[in-house]
Amino acid sequence: MDKTTVLGKNRSGIDISPIDIKEMMALAKVTPASSSGDEQAIAQMRQEYIAGADVLGSVPLPSTLKGMASTAMEKLMGKSPEGFIDKLGCRLAFERTGVRLYDALITKCSAAPMGAHIPLDRLHEFRNEEFQHFKLVENVIRSIGADPTAQTPSADVDGVISLGLIQVLTDPRTSVAHCLEAMLTAELADNDGWRMLIMLAEKMGMEDMARDFQQALREEDEHLVSIRQWFKEMVIKDTVGT
Amino acid sequence: MALNLFEDKGCPLDRQRFTWKELVQPPISKLDDDAFTRVRVILMNGMEMEAIRFSHGCARMNRKWQLPLAQLRIVEQHQATMINGLLGADHSILETTIAYEQVAIEVTAAVAQNEPDEYLAQVYRFGMLEDFDHLYRYSAMLDRLEGKDANNILQCYTDIVPGRPTIVEHRAPQDNLREHYDRLRAAPITKLHALTIMSSEQQTQNFYLNVAPLYADPVVRQLYTEIASIEEQHVTQYESIIDPKETWLEKWLLHEANEVYNYYSCVQQETNPRIKAIWERCLDYELGHLQVAMNMFKQYERRDPAEILPGDLPEPIKFESQREFVRRILNQEVDLRALGTQFVNKSQEGVESQQYRQHLNASGSPTDMVAAGYEWFAGTELARDGEITREKYTRGHKITH
Ligand SMILES: [Fe+2]
Ligand SMILES: [Fe+2]
Ligand SMILES: [Fe+2]
Ligand SMILES: [Fe+2]
Ligand SMILES: [Fe+2]
Ligand SMILES: [Fe+2]
Repeated sequence: MDKTTVLGKNRSGIDISPIDIKEMMALAKVTPASSSGDEQAIAQMRQEYIAGADVLGSVPLPSTLKGMASTAMEKLMGKSPEGFIDKLGCRLAFERTGVRLYDALITKCSAAPMGAHIPLDRLHEFRNEEFQHFKLVENVIRSIGADPTAQTPSADVDGVISLGLIQVLTDPRTSVAHCLEAMLTAELADNDGWRMLIMLAEKMGMEDMARDFQQALREEDEHLVSIRQWFKEMVIKDTVGT
Repeated sequence: MALNLFEDKGCPLDRQRFTWKELVQPPISKLDDDAFTRVRVILMNGMEMEAIRFSHGCARMNRKWQLPLAQLRIVEQHQATMINGLLGADHSILETTIAYEQVAIEVTAAVAQNEPDEYLAQVYRFGMLEDFDHLYRYSAMLDRLEGKDANNILQCYTDIVPGRPTIVEHRAPQDNLREHYDRLRAAPITKLHALTIMSSEQQTQNFYLNVAPLYADPVVRQLYTEIASIEEQHVTQYESIIDPKETWLEKWLLHEANEVYNYYSCVQQETNPRIKAIWERCLDYELGHLQVAMNMFKQYERRDPAEILPGDLPEPIKFESQREFVRRILNQEVDLRALGTQFVNKSQEGVESQQYRQHLNASGSPTDMVAAGYEWFAGTELARDGEITREKYTRGHKITH
């Protein structure tokens, strides 16, 4: 059984050093801070930097706006296409990363005894759906004359958010349950991302696009429900043993 | 096991080989391994980094030794990567930084007590109190940025209170140079100490320079920037205590001997058997390096390595909490300042250092700001005022002891 939690000699807390901790605490208690104030000082400096900050970067101008006409693009005109393109780029990046996250999860489960009782074929399905979603968004971006190879600011931010997930999923020492928790975080965001995109497509008057996105969301709903369920079962087994 | 530098020949250089897999081994456990295992990992990475830096410097100045230097250097490179890879990626950069300062404090304090040269012992105590303060600043940052307790890393071995405030550690360059030991008269252990601490500080400086831009928060970037500047001063200080009249080959010999000495210290005290085996392997390799360096020394300088090196290695560096010593020095020497190569009371500090610092600190000091009002508490500052929270979860429950 893949046991997430083992009892052992964790040394990070104070109970392993009952004498030393008394000395440490006693010294800290009688030693005043060397400068007055509190963590507000940090907030203040952050604010100064925020006030003077640049943006992460820009959304690239679609070639249609540079002259090439498309019916889809006409619908976007008059609204603000850069926000939509930014979020499309974000979805594309997230789905592409999602494929890699599932690759790592499949490897982790395959290496666990009995595959940690996670149906691997389901994980493969999810992985392939992430891939199809990536291709779907890629086509959509191209159809409105934008560049699917560009990294948009929201895609950049999602990349930063995902870094921790990747670290957890590829650390050989993490358990299947740890990885499922990381995956749950990803799928929760994934799910909301699609809902957001559908809403935007509808508001932009792109009904066909919204319909394709609805299909993706139905699949994402399944990802979320399954990952959440497997994670829950594993934690319960680990905690109460059944 | 007593080691003799002339009799124990170690692993011959041509048999010192690795596979990529050997170079990337499972890391130590951040949570379960003893903090001093991590201290040794960081320290030895520092020794290997210096082995590489020195070897490059030597090669650039000595065409005729470039081949043997390159043959050894690639092994040092692989040792460095094997050892640095023992740190797990579940350490945040700030958590690793806490461990770096623990190395600086505990190892420098141990060295200071063991150093026979009274002036150099003072130099080490002086530097140690500054790193001691860095630990406090980084601990405040770790708590206030990531919501984590530095003591998870320190494991109660090292205190977290202000030392010589970092804001006053900034000095004019002339106040960072020290007197050097005399290569003809200094005890071998004096030379090994100097190389050890200089190497350790140098890797810390490099580390801070490299990692500062990995943080998004400008506050953290400023904090690393300020402390990295002190680490540069520390490298300047510690390299100046080494006799510049040592020849290139003499220095090479000392570098290899120092690696032997440090690995030997690690082997003696390592509690994790898997890591101990790595130290033993490296020790064996370094003895092989020393053979090469000794042969070079004999061939080119026509001198006997025994002029420089002791046969039997000195007592190992003690890897254990130096709490009592550090507290005593904190009490007695926190107000010392450097004036030229000497140490004086803060009232006698030179005007150059004061002016230099005044300008740097003109818009405030990051180390002061991040630790404003910070007093470490187990579980740290949010835990100190946590009475309400505790009540909330115990209300209605009978607490049994
Ligand atoms: Fe997805
Ligand atoms: Fe998904
Ligand atoms: Fe080495
Ligand atoms: Fe330091
Ligand atoms: Fe330092
Ligand atoms: Fe070496």
